[in-house]
Amino acid sequence: MENLRCQCGHSNPLGTKLCESCGRSLTDKEQNSKLVDMRYEGTARRSQTYNRSIIDKIWNFFSSVKVGVSIIVILLVAAAIGTILPQQAFVPANTEATIKAYYADTYGSVGRVYHFLGFHDLYSSYWFIALVGMLAISLVIASLDRFVPLYKSLKNQRVLRHPSFMDKQRIYAEGPGAEDTLQKVEAKLKELKYKVRTDKNGLLAEKGRFSRWGPYVNHIGLIIFLAGVMLRMIPGFYVDETLWIREGETRAIPEVPGYSLENVKFALETYTGEGEEARFGEALGRVGTVAKNYQTDIVLYQAPKDSLPGATDNLEVVKEYSIRVNQPLKFDGYAMYQMDYKLNELKTMTFTLTDQETEESLGELTIDLIDPDKKYELKNGSTVELLGYYPNFSGFENGEPQTASPLPDNPGFLVEMTTPATPEGETSFITIQNTIEPFGTNQYKLAFQSAEMRNVSGLTVRKDKTLPILGLGGLIFMIGVAQGMYFNHRRFWLQQTDSGDILLAGHTNKNWFGLKKDLEQISVYASLPAYSDQQEDTEKEGELKS
Amino acid sequence: MLVMAGAIAFTIYNGVTKEKSELLQVGDAAPDFTLTDLDGERHQLSDYKGQGVFVNFWGTWCKPCEKEFPLMEKQYQVYKDQGVQILAVNIAQSDYEVRQYAEQRNLTFPIVIDKDKSVMEAYNIRPLPTTLLVNPEGKITKIITGEMSEEDIVSYMEEIKPE
Repeated sequence: MENLRCQCGHSNPLGTKLCESCGRSLTDKEQNSKLVDMRYEGTARRSQTYNRSIIDKIWNFFSSVKVGVSIIVILLVAAAIGTILPQQAFVPANTEATIKAYYADTYGSVGRVYHFLGFHDLYSSYWFIALVGMLAISLVIASLDRFVPLYKSLKNQRVLRHPSFMDKQRIYAEGPGAEDTLQKVEAKLKELKYKVRTDKNGLLAEKGRFSRWGPYVNHIGLIIFLAGVMLRMIPGFYVDETLWIREGETRAIPEVPGYSLENVKFALETYTGEGEEARFGEALGRVGTVAKNYQTDIVLYQAPKDSLPGATDNLEVVKEYSIRVNQPLKFDGYAMYQMDYKLNELKTMTFTLTDQETEESLGELTIDLIDPDKKYELKNGSTVELLGYYPNFSGFENGEPQTASPLPDNPGFLVEMTTPATPEGETSFITIQNTIEPFGTNQYKLAFQSAEMRNVSGLTVRKDKTLPILGLGGLIFMIGVAQGMYFNHRRFWLQQTDSGDILLAGHTNKNWFGLKKDLEQISVYASLPAYSDQQEDTEKEGELKS
Repeated sequence: MLVMAGAIAFTIYNGVTKEKSELLQVGDAAPDFTLTDLDGERHQLSDYKGQGVFVNFWGTWCKPCEKEFPLMEKQYQVYKDQGVQILAVNIAQSDYEVRQYAEQRNLTFPIVIDKDKSVMEAYNIRPLPTTLLVNPEGKITKIITGEMSEEDIVSYMEEIKPE
């Protein structure tokens, strides 16, 4: 590798701006500028040095802060677009075609374009995940490009620097000194908690170097956080599912193999405004009904080991519990929360078999809409046979009754009624508040008496094993922030020439005011020559340097 | 910068939580299950090893299911002696509805009911009908969502027919 040899004899890696050893400026640009750029100590950053091979180009691309910020901005804009319309996971449709139709029907042409551009599944789109990946790469490369040379340089700092390095520092002073100046300065600096090293006629004092690592610690935290988020895509780390379950049903819990849940009862309680709650009476009168409790009484079952899906006869009861808002059911690393509900779905319907003329009843039958029987026996040998059951009757097709869904929202029954008076049987088709007699007028009818309802509970299943990783990432991120924000890296270089003159230079990565205050204390104690802030001087001259 | 980084972290957090992993893919071993048919007989998928199994998930309310049942029945008569079995898995409906439906259409292949939706869950079934072709080695060779034509059904039966 080609090296840059400085006048002092030290050999520097290609791309170095300030000699690692003495601090002399090595480039024309540095030599001609009034102040040296101390950002990365004038070290050779790979991205600023090589730009030939494809690897160099990729490295340089990702090490650029501009690129990093652009990725962040694009991600932010994309993430915002994803919130304009609901994502497909929250849309009441589950096939490609119905999802597409849903966007078109609900949001018109905007929805059509949104779907066409793939924004309905934006956060799991390849390009979005690729951008996140690029952000991670950018964080790593940009950090390495800066951290490695910076660390080496700060670790190998020499005490004595060339005068041309010192007089190009922002804080600079020169003037006559006394014999004991160096000792006095050293004593005062130590009092101010600086680490002081001396070498022959020179002195280097340093404080808070670790604050320079702040940004890199912060990036490590971010990368751990991103890794935690990515882990969620791996099965077993993260579950977030919805389970709608009706009273009386037992259902396999989504994404939780081997467990099933029975909904014994769902209850919504409201404040009554009576008894002890009388004091709420006025408020209730003003706002109407106020919910007091949402509760699902459940039984949790576990299938025995080695049992297969579908085998429901050997379930073991694990727990009986009442899930309430903020009181989830917890088991085996999972938690089930009360999230939603629907009240009053039809459960049973009760009819009487009645003579249409005399209104005489031949008895009562109750049809369980969830699990109907085929035949209902009434007194005197009368029977009602269910020829067809359509839980959500939606009309006829080719004379055949249809059902739109398996839920008894609009039950229809095709029945044959047989009585001693009508041994041949009479057929009728019954829906809510409507009876069709397809083969002429019947003598008997089923007269609706009453219905029983049941409630539906909406639960969510959650599991998140990535939380500790996210927490750790966040913590490291914050440590990095504090490190870089609340501490600063202050340095003073001091040399006394053979003639007794003092050269002094000071540098800090931020908070120049603090540095100056330190310097003033030292100056008073050791009577140093007055310093000047060369940047403020140049700013006054109107030569702003970026 | 800080605020931005925080916002990014938050949005990605939100975004990826919506990720839904597809559990089953062509080439995977078909998860074993056991379900009871209308005659009280148990059908375990692994018992049909050595035969091709045409697993069809359906419901009485599903229109395409209704259209493909007669076609499936017809091909069942052709292929049942050639080592292809049909298992029609109903999603948690009542015995009465399923029996009535099957009798009206004279269906003779086994119809089982997934009472607690555990098989549906294990197979990650979303739309109905969904059909899975399981070859004699017990591997899934195809996952079909949506309606099938008679030619489709014939070609699928051929695909999983044992040598």
